[in-house]
Amino acid sequence: MDVKYSTGRIGRIVTWVLLIACSLAFLYPLAWLVAASLKGRGQVFDNALVPTEVHWDNFATVFTELPLLSWLGNSLAIAVLAAVAVAVSSSMVAFGFAYFRFRGRNALFGLVLATMMLPGAVTMVPVYLIWRELGLLGTWAPLWAANLFGSAFYIFLQRQFFLGLPRELFEAARIDGAGYWRLFTRIAMPLAVPSFVIVLLFEFQASWNNFQSALIYLNSESVEDFTAPLGIAYAMTRYSPTAGGQGDYQYVMVASLLITLPMLALFAFGQRYFVEGVATTGTKG
Amino acid sequence: MGFLVFTAGAMAASGALAFSDFNLATGRASWVGTENFARLVEDPRVARSLGNTLFYAVLAVPLEIAVALGLAMLLARVGRGAGIFRTLFFLPKMTPMVATAAIFFLLLNGSNGAINQGLRAIGVQGPQWLVDPDWIKPSIVLMSLWAVSGTMVIFLAALKNVPRELYEVAALDGAGPRRVFWNITLPMISPALFFNTIVLTIAAFQTFDQAYLLFYRDQSSAAPESSLFYAVYLFQQAFRQFNLGFAAAMAWVLFVIIMIITAIQVRVGNRFVHYGGRD
Repeated sequence: MDVKYSTGRIGRIVTWVLLIACSLAFLYPLAWLVAASLKGRGQVFDNALVPTEVHWDNFATVFTELPLLSWLGNSLAIAVLAAVAVAVSSSMVAFGFAYFRFRGRNALFGLVLATMMLPGAVTMVPVYLIWRELGLLGTWAPLWAANLFGSAFYIFLQRQFFLGLPRELFEAARIDGAGYWRLFTRIAMPLAVPSFVIVLLFEFQASWNNFQSALIYLNSESVEDFTAPLGIAYAMTRYSPTAGGQGDYQYVMVASLLITLPMLALFAFGQRYFVEGVATTGTKG
Repeated sequence: MGFLVFTAGAMAASGALAFSDFNLATGRASWVGTENFARLVEDPRVARSLGNTLFYAVLAVPLEIAVALGLAMLLARVGRGAGIFRTLFFLPKMTPMVATAAIFFLLLNGSNGAINQGLRAIGVQGPQWLVDPDWIKPSIVLMSLWAVSGTMVIFLAALKNVPRELYEVAALDGAGPRRVFWNITLPMISPALFFNTIVLTIAAFQTFDQAYLLFYRDQSSAAPESSLFYAVYLFQQAFRQFNLGFAAAMAWVLFVIIMIITAIQVRVGNRFVHYGGRD
């Protein structure tokens, strides 16, 4: 699928050289991160990509230095809850929009899509007040439970998929006496697994990376209860010399590496889904 | 449909809040009419943060578009080998923002950071990236560029959809690479260009994590005014000062600004975007 311009031999060499140079530039910060995570105190700034002395013990010490295990556990639990909640609820709403024909459907769907345009900042304050009213500040609920109501982008994605299924499939099942719930669980969902996986992966990543919500909702006094991103932000400040720390940035780097690796693993597993998902948002959005 | 109730309700509440002086610290709220908006106009930090954000958006969006399109065109050229490079370019996109911020916080250190050390090696004295007010926004742009591959993938998909015959015809007509780019490639991928521009602009206006993590995380030291992004100031008003009414008013102003800018982009876009190639 290569797009050919006037690609002579020289053009091709230039292309490859540029690509390799760009890749090295893009990889450098990650390579630097791996190296820094293996360095001793004060050696982070020597910027060597191969540490002069390798401190494997950083990866053990970090867990006593910081409650990293509990941060990672919190993040994992919240991300799983968030991803499953949003994938299931969005699929149900999307199926409703795709299968049922009712008055005002398009207007209602337009309204759902319109919420995608809404900047998160606009609803940030009132949503905070809702959680406060419910007495759930400082708990995990604000970090995932809103996902039980679905999310516009995923509803859109799933609906597109459901619309692609032949309607005769459902008509036939109806004649055989299947109820709507059966249509959804036995026919629509098994066929929609690919887009369901996209939703799961996207939301898992979004939740795992989410810093702002954790900052707003989690109690800043109880460090143990932080998610990993909030914990790393806390660690950055704690080790900072300006805040009285010793500059033990190697621990921040270990923690950063440990929250990045699961994302890279997720990507390795679902690269096809990620790239397709992102490309879909662009060409169909 | 609880989802709609949740969002619509939140919007309505946000609208009502903007006209009240609700403060969490005192727990009191009363109707103050447009007072919040008047205070907002008078507050120099609102203007400053809006200016910072606008400046950042104007700097970041075109650069992100250019870099993403450049990389996508390189990838489109190599054909089969593109997969591995696409994966490499995508890794930064998978890196959580907190990790990105932590890495660049150290890489961009003015005296010991790797970037300035590298520059020194080739005889250039690098700037104090995270201290010098003039270099704060370019620093954040650099972080955005590092994670530009989401945009790149969209361009790549669009480039692959350009019919090859068009290039063959152009080659027969003897068109040079520059003419091919301006007269074929760009018009054919204009829907993707349009989409990316809008999405990146909206994201730029809501920049929060990078600025907060680099400059506002440590509350014991003052942050330079140049790093005060609109979303950061909004956050501070809401969750540090607990002026929720004021913050809601700020949020509405942001919403209106984003809507206006998007509307302008759509109008301009409608004139240039070419949808024919899709069918």
